[in-house]
Amino acid sequence: MAKKLITVSVNGKSEEKAVEPRTLLIHFLREELNLTGAHIGCETSHCGACTVDIDGRSVKSCTHLAVQCDGSEVLTVEGLASKGVLHAVQEGFYKEHGLQCGFCTPGMLMRAYRFLQENPNPSEEEIRMGMSGNLCRCTGYQNIVKAVQYAAKKLQETATA
Amino acid sequence: MNAPVQTAEAREIALAGMGVSRLRKEDARFIQGKGNYVDDIKMPGMLHMDIVRSPLAHARIKKINKEAALAIPGVHAVLTADDLKPLKLHWMPTLAGDVAAVLADEKVHYQMQEVAIVIADDRYIAADAVEAVEVEYEELPVVTDPYAALQPDAPVIREDLAGKTSGAHGPREHHNHIFTWDAGDKAAADAAFANAPVTVSQHMYYPRVHPCPLETCGCVASFDPVRGDLTTYITSQAPHVVRTVVSLLSGIPESKVRIVSPDIGGGFGNKVGVYPGYVCAIVASIVLGRPVKWVEDRVENISTTAFARDYHMDGELAATPDGKITALRVNVVADHGAFDACADPTKFPAGMFHIVSGSYDIPAAHCSVKGVYTNKAPGGVAYRCSFRVTEAVYLVERMVDVLAQKLGMDKAEIRAKNFIKKEQFPYTSAFGFEYDSGDYHTALKKVLDAVDYPALRAEQAAKRADPNSPTLMGIGLVTFTEVVGAGPSKMCDILGVGMFDSCEIRIHPTGSAIARMGTITQGQGHQTTYAQIIATELGIPSEVIQVEEGDTSTAPYGLGTYGSRSTPVAGAAIALAARKIHAKARKIAAHMLEVNENDLDWEVDRFKVKGDDSKFKTMADVAWQAYHQPPAGMEPGLEAVHYYDPPNFTFPFGIYLCVVDIDRATGETKIRRFYALDDCGTRINPMIIEGQIHGGLTEGFAVAMGQQMPFDAQGNLMGNTLMDYFLPTAVETPKWETDHTVTPSPHHPIGAKGVAESPHVGSIPTFTSAVVDAFAHLGVTHMDMPHNAFRVWKQLKASGVNL
Repeated sequence: MAKKLITVSVNGKSEEKAVEPRTLLIHFLREELNLTGAHIGCETSHCGACTVDIDGRSVKSCTHLAVQCDGSEVLTVEGLASKGVLHAVQEGFYKEHGLQCGFCTPGMLMRAYRFLQENPNPSEEEIRMGMSGNLCRCTGYQNIVKAVQYAAKKLQETATA
Repeated sequence: MNAPVQTAEAREIALAGMGVSRLRKEDARFIQGKGNYVDDIKMPGMLHMDIVRSPLAHARIKKINKEAALAIPGVHAVLTADDLKPLKLHWMPTLAGDVAAVLADEKVHYQMQEVAIVIADDRYIAADAVEAVEVEYEELPVVTDPYAALQPDAPVIREDLAGKTSGAHGPREHHNHIFTWDAGDKAAADAAFANAPVTVSQHMYYPRVHPCPLETCGCVASFDPVRGDLTTYITSQAPHVVRTVVSLLSGIPESKVRIVSPDIGGGFGNKVGVYPGYVCAIVASIVLGRPVKWVEDRVENISTTAFARDYHMDGELAATPDGKITALRVNVVADHGAFDACADPTKFPAGMFHIVSGSYDIPAAHCSVKGVYTNKAPGGVAYRCSFRVTEAVYLVERMVDVLAQKLGMDKAEIRAKNFIKKEQFPYTSAFGFEYDSGDYHTALKKVLDAVDYPALRAEQAAKRADPNSPTLMGIGLVTFTEVVGAGPSKMCDILGVGMFDSCEIRIHPTGSAIARMGTITQGQGHQTTYAQIIATELGIPSEVIQVEEGDTSTAPYGLGTYGSRSTPVAGAAIALAARKIHAKARKIAAHMLEVNENDLDWEVDRFKVKGDDSKFKTMADVAWQAYHQPPAGMEPGLEAVHYYDPPNFTFPFGIYLCVVDIDRATGETKIRRFYALDDCGTRINPMIIEGQIHGGLTEGFAVAMGQQMPFDAQGNLMGNTLMDYFLPTAVETPKWETDHTVTPSPHHPIGAKGVAESPHVGSIPTFTSAVVDAFAHLGVTHMDMPHNAFRVWKQLKASGVNL
């Protein structure tokens, strides 16, 4: 199949690759760039394990073509921590036991990262709604809610410090 | 050099041993995208496999045309049952003593059955090739109902079993009959029923559901034709069992088979079995001499890998007029699908279903389970529970509610009246289980006090009296006992291998340690909690204890993680391996301190000379000595292996209470409150226990309120995507309140009973109890799951109370 050249910024690094037009973003990230943090749980946009951030929006990369990202900025879980320091959402999930098997976690983190920029001071109900595109089979969400609350608090403290 | 003087308390805190809510060791990699799941594994030259599946539930295969698929550039092979026949790999044994087709041999038995495999350069080309394989079928009559399957003229599902009048579990009465299994004393139960002043009976269907972990099943098989060895990375809850099965099937010596379960994205019973996809990927790797990856998609996962439940149950209770239960009878028709591939200990084709007398002192009991073939996918695994315990607990808890209703008794009162009393433990049930320990009355009182049960009942009475109330209020109560920790080898084996488990601990010269077990974590946090057990036993900080599982080439043989067996079985092996090391360390310390062993006291992390706090050796001191200069005549080193064969099962229990409000207009059920008290004996890491309970409750909520796998008359599964199959989001999931009591297991080295499955087992009947309770004043005694809005709305209509 004829390939198309795309240029994508992934975690701040410019990547120029020739991809088949039918290549899904999740496969491009996982197989071309070896960024295996985002996972495939359903291939139908239901579970959210593949969630990444594209140009400031949460996107389920299992139903998004790599060619749609030409010229875009993509952030994945691998790009969340900076200079060895965990992002507040990563710290929150760790401290509040917001993960068990870890399979949904990269998608959860990327959604929490974007959600807290959309709504920096959410109520519990807003967190549950804001995270409802991401399924978890292990935690029952209660500690995920706490993890997002932890991150919200920490981000606010950092912003006002 | 001895460490600076610290109080024993400070040193204990530094260990982060048992009882501490230690943060998880495994999290660092997961929160940074550095987990290593099967689909993350890439090997040089790796090919991709995909599967051609049957659109029909029952059909003869007339012809398979591979040509168009093979013509696609990048396709390496297309294999069918005919290609596997010379290798005798077109059928494989199941864990239940039956055989299952690896690739459909002449006919398909259920929708989505594996018909052919394609191997290609990448997953896109493989998917193209699947579409290009042409299969001609001749349709056969389909039977999806197990009662219909037992009719004399029902279609013959298993032609390969023609003329076989007995199976792995005794005589077969019909061409679609697998086994009939009995437990208890039928004559005693029948006699009790014949004379009983009060009897109740209830039919109930426990729907077919699927564990549906977020990661689907898959593997990367790599056969090295030069070395003749096979390495397979696999989504397995029992890698050692897979190694034994693969060796038996392939003829490759077990020493040349390495099975690795890397990080596993949830299991819940779905990853216990050996699936055709795994076998095919291994065969493809052997045939092509290259690594082959197979990862199923979600539709394949729900449609074909192991389902759970599908039990049609009839329960009966006999009682005195004042509510003392005198006997229990249960008859089950179990739909096993087209192959009997249940994952149960060999001698128990219905698992531990005979825990069905529950938490109650019932003098006479009998149960009978009939396994039946239908044109549905095989399975019958324990979905976040010990073998068939969820079905058993559901049955008995429903029956106790039904009896209470008949007698006009409160459901808490009837339970308290029939509980096994604290002083009766160890208690032998009518089915022969020896319950290790329990204190049900104390736990029940704690829950009823916590929720102010009388006030809830008063509120409910007021709502019932108000014809304009927009909601119906229901209160569910369940007081369950599980049987977990399979199991004693004298009773429990899988493929003839006893269900022990194992641990190897090595203390390094500088005082850190590595430990390996025969289990495999899938989110339970073994790398954290197992280290805590060792920390407490050996006085080594859990931070420097590395826990490894899942690689059969390094870990000692074990039966894996399911049925809440990790802590009861491997946890005991860990404690006992540690105690072997401790005994040797004591000898070394005595030598170092030039005293008799008996003159030493153990305190947190050190051996102290009795009466002289200044003379001591820490475990780290001892470790150095063990490698540097052990006492004369003593073997150097400091390590131990222990294989633990449990003397008995463990019996965790819980008291769950749920309050629901049902919208009389829409049938929607709001979970107002769910209070879960669990007693899992000794608690190793309270944070992890609470997390496991939240997860189990949520999976129980999913089963009770929405999960089902419905089939139409043609055997089409009417819900095999996440659009149709209910996995709750954060929005629907209730908030959980947790509580506990601690009744240690007397026969377990650290008193721990296992916990992660109790909340699933216990919560499901609690939801049903609550929903039915909302209608109890209208004469409703039972409603089958799932309690989704439509089904509840239909009950509102039927009871004449919808708005």
